[in-house]
Amino acid sequence: MQSKMKESGPILEVENLSASTENLPILKGVSLTVYPGEIHAIMGRNGCGKSTLSKIIAGHPSYNITNGDIKFLGENINSLEPEERAQSGIFLGFQYPIEIPGVSNLEFLRVSTNARRKFLNKEELDTFDFEELVKEKLEIVKMDHAFLSRSVNQGFSGGEKKRNEILQMALLEPKIAILDETDSGLDIDALRIVASGIKKISNAQTGIILITHYQRLLDEIKPNYVHVMSDGQIIKTGESDLALELEKKGYEWTDNFIKET
Amino acid sequence: MVNENLVKDVVKEPYKYGFVTDIETEKIAKGLNEDIIRLISQKKEEPKFLLDFRLKAFKKWQKMKEPDWAGLGYKQIDYQDIIYYSAPKQKEKISSLDEVDPKLLETFDKLGIPLTEQKKLTNVAVDAVFDSVSIATTFREELAEHGVIFCSISEAVKNHSDLIEKYLGTVVPASDNYFAALNSAVFSDGSFVYIPKGVKCPMDLSSYFRINSGDSGQFERTLIIAEESSSVSYLEGCTAPMFDTNTLHAAVVELIALDDASIKYSTVQNWYAGDEEGIGGIFNFVTKRGKCLGKRSKISWSQVETGSAITWKYPSCLLLGEESIGEFYSVALTNNLQQADTGTKMIHIGPKTKSTIVSKGISAGNSINSYRGLVKIGTKATGSRNYSQCDSMLIGDQASANTFPYIKSQQPNSEIEHEASTCRISEDQLFYLQSRGIEFEEAVSMMVSGFCRDVFNQLPMEFAAEADKLLALKLEGSVG
Repeated sequence: MQSKMKESGPILEVENLSASTENLPILKGVSLTVYPGEIHAIMGRNGCGKSTLSKIIAGHPSYNITNGDIKFLGENINSLEPEERAQSGIFLGFQYPIEIPGVSNLEFLRVSTNARRKFLNKEELDTFDFEELVKEKLEIVKMDHAFLSRSVNQGFSGGEKKRNEILQMALLEPKIAILDETDSGLDIDALRIVASGIKKISNAQTGIILITHYQRLLDEIKPNYVHVMSDGQIIKTGESDLALELEKKGYEWTDNFIKET
Repeated sequence: MVNENLVKDVVKEPYKYGFVTDIETEKIAKGLNEDIIRLISQKKEEPKFLLDFRLKAFKKWQKMKEPDWAGLGYKQIDYQDIIYYSAPKQKEKISSLDEVDPKLLETFDKLGIPLTEQKKLTNVAVDAVFDSVSIATTFREELAEHGVIFCSISEAVKNHSDLIEKYLGTVVPASDNYFAALNSAVFSDGSFVYIPKGVKCPMDLSSYFRINSGDSGQFERTLIIAEESSSVSYLEGCTAPMFDTNTLHAAVVELIALDDASIKYSTVQNWYAGDEEGIGGIFNFVTKRGKCLGKRSKISWSQVETGSAITWKYPSCLLLGEESIGEFYSVALTNNLQQADTGTKMIHIGPKTKSTIVSKGISAGNSINSYRGLVKIGTKATGSRNYSQCDSMLIGDQASANTFPYIKSQQPNSEIEHEASTCRISEDQLFYLQSRGIEFEEAVSMMVSGFCRDVFNQLPMEFAAEADKLLALKLEGSVG
């Protein structure tokens, strides 16, 4: 049992974060705090730094933090390896899930799940027990068992790849999930499956950050907060109606905010 | 799946077989001439036919030129600066293992190949070769009960000279190539296997080759004969100490399979590869060939090549017997400044012959890894088939991979398929696995194992696990 204090404290705190890649500044002072049970949406033009923010939180080695801190459950994680962050409960749903030829999806999911379970001091699962667990989780994303015997993401359609991401999220039971354009490239049915999957997995203890361009995902999963990013900064934060307004007025409308600040 | 801690332990270790055994050896003078060859033959108390075989080979070798078609870069070898015979000093006649120098037993113990009665491996008979001589062969009596002969080739020359005279050089003639000619002239020891008609060899047979001396070459010779309807699985392992000079290893392996016989030959080659700057390491110039002489006979090569500064090796099959089968499964991994030029030749001569080639090359560091293969279907090989698959994986951006498939068909009623691919372990793939909680080393090892799976499936169980570990070890520091 975790203490009440920790339950009520924030899961993720991004404090005045600046980061660069190959000496090119991408993030220029981003602050964001996510409490348990909250859903945050981050919107903004392509190239505004949304995906970079998500990769940096997950620990991508290509980016250097030049200023600021990332705290997870109160602890600074700036220098943690990506696998340490994942084991402790940070999940990144990839915009473009990566294909890994020759590595079976089942084995990948099992090794990954066991790495997280080990961190949680839970017993690691053998192939048989894992089969049971994964069957149950496949239901959530309406995926066929045949997916498991294929190589990781190889030859998967766009929608299948995204559902495989949500399957991983379901198995890893993260404290916080950052879903980078999980809705892009999905047809309406697949979007519903993915959205309902996210809702089933999340609960009052988890935090979710949805990075998206479209209102249609936010129709399915209503965010508590909507942040608009531009040129490496969060330029406006509002509630769910901000997304609706943004959809109506377009990103040009947000350009005025920069002048205001 | 590879145990996580195991991989971690392994990747931290440098080449763990790099030690030298301090033992008194009997070496002959450096250099190569007729007198040296006579001396080697005399030391081994060989019959005249073998001395003649050697001298003829030497004459041919003198007229031959070192091959350069593989385009391998290395300093010219001074063949007069090599010692062609080096043996640990021990009693003239050894009747039991108790009389073997304990230092030698200790050496093989350290290599994980215990030879003594109490400790020997339970399911594998081992012939241990140290520099130029065979030290011991386990399970001889048990094998003899089944009529299986498993001994050093020197002993076979003495005790089974009829078989040696009949088969030696019939698969790889002395004039076959430069290194085969050299081997035929100076070969010192190696293993001999004879499986009689109808016998399924009751255990795996294995030879373990250890180079200890820095200035002597190793020229082993292996001959395996499988009579009608017999079968055998043979494993070969090799290691060497770390020296800053290059040591020449030029072996010849000949396999003969008669009607309905099958030979499976597996190698895990882990000779010292040289250091990160490419200083030292073994030159591994090997000729391996099998002859499917009989109808429905089968020869299957599987190899995991991870060591040596340079590997030049093409385990091949001559498919003479009707419906005979040749197979080649290979994983070749190169790192730092290693060069590997390896592949196979499948020569279809008899009708309805079949061959399969699966080659996986992994190049890391600044290494060069090439597949070179020939599939030839002769005029009489009607209804023959070949399937080849050659995949390369690049790690980092300095390594290179090449594929040179040669296909010659003189028989319209035959099928040849060739598939090839090249891939790379990218930072994104690693990050993807890591972002799912999988440790860096395990992520690399998962991807490499996944890439090699088709070949690992062909290896005997204990070898497959060893191969997985070996690859993880070899890839230390090669990514990121």
